[in-house]
Amino acid sequence: MRRILAILLENEPGSLSRIVGLFSQRAFNIESLTVAPTEDNTLSRITIATRGDDRVLEQILKQVNKLIDVIKVTDLTDRQHVERELVLIKVLAMNDKSRTEVKRITDIFRGSIIDIGKQIYTIQLTGNADKINAFIETIGNETEIIESVRSGCVGIARGEKALRV
Amino acid sequence: MTTELYTGAEMVVKALSALDVKYVFGYPGGSVLDIYDAIFQQDDFEHILVRHEQAATHMADGYTRATGEVGVVLATSGPGATNCVTGIATAYMDSIPMVVLAGQVATTLIGDDAFQETDIIGCSRPIVKHSFNCRKLEDIPNIIAKAFYIANSGRPGPVVVELPKDLLIPEKKGKFAININVEMRSYNPTVTGHPKQIKKAAKLISEAKRLVVYSGGGIVIANASELLTELVETLDAPTTNTLMGLGGLSGTHDNFIGMLGMHGSLEANKAMANADVILALGARFDDRVTNNVKKFCPNAKIIHVDIDPTSISKTINAHVPIVGLVDIVIQQILDELKETNYRPDKETLKAWWAQINAWRAEKSFSYVPEEAGAKIKPQHVVESMYKITKGEAYVCSDVGQHQMFAAQYYPFAKPRQWINSGGLGTMGFGLPAAMGVKLAFPDKHVICITGDGSIQMNIQELSTCLQYNLPVVIVTLNNRSLGMVRQWQDMIYGGRHSSSYMESLPDFIKIAEAYGHVGIEINELSELDSKLEEAFAIKNRLVFVDVLVDEHEHVYPMQIKTGAVDDMWLKKGVKA
Repeated sequence: MRRILAILLENEPGSLSRIVGLFSQRAFNIESLTVAPTEDNTLSRITIATRGDDRVLEQILKQVNKLIDVIKVTDLTDRQHVERELVLIKVLAMNDKSRTEVKRITDIFRGSIIDIGKQIYTIQLTGNADKINAFIETIGNETEIIESVRSGCVGIARGEKALRV
Repeated sequence: MTTELYTGAEMVVKALSALDVKYVFGYPGGSVLDIYDAIFQQDDFEHILVRHEQAATHMADGYTRATGEVGVVLATSGPGATNCVTGIATAYMDSIPMVVLAGQVATTLIGDDAFQETDIIGCSRPIVKHSFNCRKLEDIPNIIAKAFYIANSGRPGPVVVELPKDLLIPEKKGKFAININVEMRSYNPTVTGHPKQIKKAAKLISEAKRLVVYSGGGIVIANASELLTELVETLDAPTTNTLMGLGGLSGTHDNFIGMLGMHGSLEANKAMANADVILALGARFDDRVTNNVKKFCPNAKIIHVDIDPTSISKTINAHVPIVGLVDIVIQQILDELKETNYRPDKETLKAWWAQINAWRAEKSFSYVPEEAGAKIKPQHVVESMYKITKGEAYVCSDVGQHQMFAAQYYPFAKPRQWINSGGLGTMGFGLPAAMGVKLAFPDKHVICITGDGSIQMNIQELSTCLQYNLPVVIVTLNNRSLGMVRQWQDMIYGGRHSSSYMESLPDFIKIAEAYGHVGIEINELSELDSKLEEAFAIKNRLVFVDVLVDEHEHVYPMQIKTGAVDDMWLKKGVKA
């Protein structure tokens, strides 16, 4: 089952490589990984989307926690949470019909067109993984996708619960 | 008023002194010459010059296993550092605290493929507890203090500190400040067992009909041997030790039922398989213990005490997991048993012991004695060493058949007496480890039990032994083959001895003599005891004993692959 893990760790040289190394060393799956410093720049926050049964997940959480740089790790999927991913996508928009259709689909998915070239539209869209998958499929059926980039998901718990030092 | 300023190299030395280091094991080279210059000008600790950096790590490791003090290794950048990798992995697998100070090229050259540059932090990442890059001169002392703290707390392990050359040179100086009382927001190991879990464990133990205590290397590391003995005696529980835990409960204690696992005793593996409650203390259900995990002790409730949460329910699901230091948790369990006024049910216990004693009576650690004129049996050599040293020697082993024979036939009365590479299985570990032990305990018998394969993996250290007067007794069970490999080939690979012969063996006696030591050759059974006695009587010189043993001997019992914990060969063609 798919899980979203949130990790708070020291913003030290090499701390990201320890996380990545751990996942490959122990044959854990990484579907996506995002990382950036937090508002306190001594800390980094990582969101990892992974897959595994309960037993594997328990090992992942324990092994990540065991890394000296890691301050906290939590499985967001356990509780109510918000998950978002950003996609930037370039599509062919050669003629009026296709431009109209691209615009229409983008509006339906509440994305925005952020750049226009002679024959190319660049679209920005946020949402959870399902929404982004659906958008890519829909737009791909309508026109040719030239290039796309996904940020990987970030997540945060709903309500009072917070991951902080 | 002027504040005194120090170079980075001086800071390294001052930090090691502040941490009460007595020995540093290492080998000089370009990037660490400034540190060596600073070491030359101090008297707080001694530097031991090995002949290969791998041996420095094993020597530090052996020193640590015998004393409990953190071992310190110093190596230059590039090949010096990469030569340490096997020793770091060895320490990592057996949870041995170690600090490896590795040189690095100047920060201005890092990433340029400079001469003797390797990313040792990257190379060692999967086999260290943690590692540090030093990038500022003033950080050096506190990074070293942190390295010691991390190495020696929680589940111990090796820590690598990378020291670039331009931080060590005489031209750069800074203020020295060190805080040896380290606190880290990201690292606070749990030491005390959760009270609710302790109650659950005590209840389960009290209700058990067939309890087995399964204790491991954690008992040795935590110095919890006395507490373990008290617990075992309170419960009158049959107790098995892992290979790493030997000596945790004395090998001669009535409640000791032998080592368990791949080459464990029949009674230990049978008791595990038939147990209704297993109390695992500082052990990690390694695959060499469990055999097929799917068939492992299906009827047992498992209480698992370990300092490392990742060890719990990793391979075998624990019914009562307890995270904490094993000595503290045993004390908590003892207190709880006292409070609940626990008394084992005598009748149930008697029946359980009767069953165990029946397995014991099969004497699974036994061998067919030599016929007249036949070659010496390797087991016989270990038994003789046990008699001559009165069971009091430090026994440092290499890896292979001799390691298992030593574990089976030399009952260890005390923890830290048995020193071997259990987790990684590193051939070449034995001699340097024995040297580290001898350095710590010059007045004790220190044996390196080895084979003709293993000894050649670090034989150059005979030179270090002469330089520092480390008169260990090396006993080579020479079967002219890689015995354990050959055994598997005999049993599993249709007797095809692919590359398991050691053809063109050297004359070990001449080698020993060439390095300035004493060599003793034993070929006949009739001279085994007398020549071993002669070897152990020589106190001031290293003795290399080369014993010609039967190459056809196999280690038994042996678990049958894919079977349960008690599915085992007792001897050739005989299953348990």
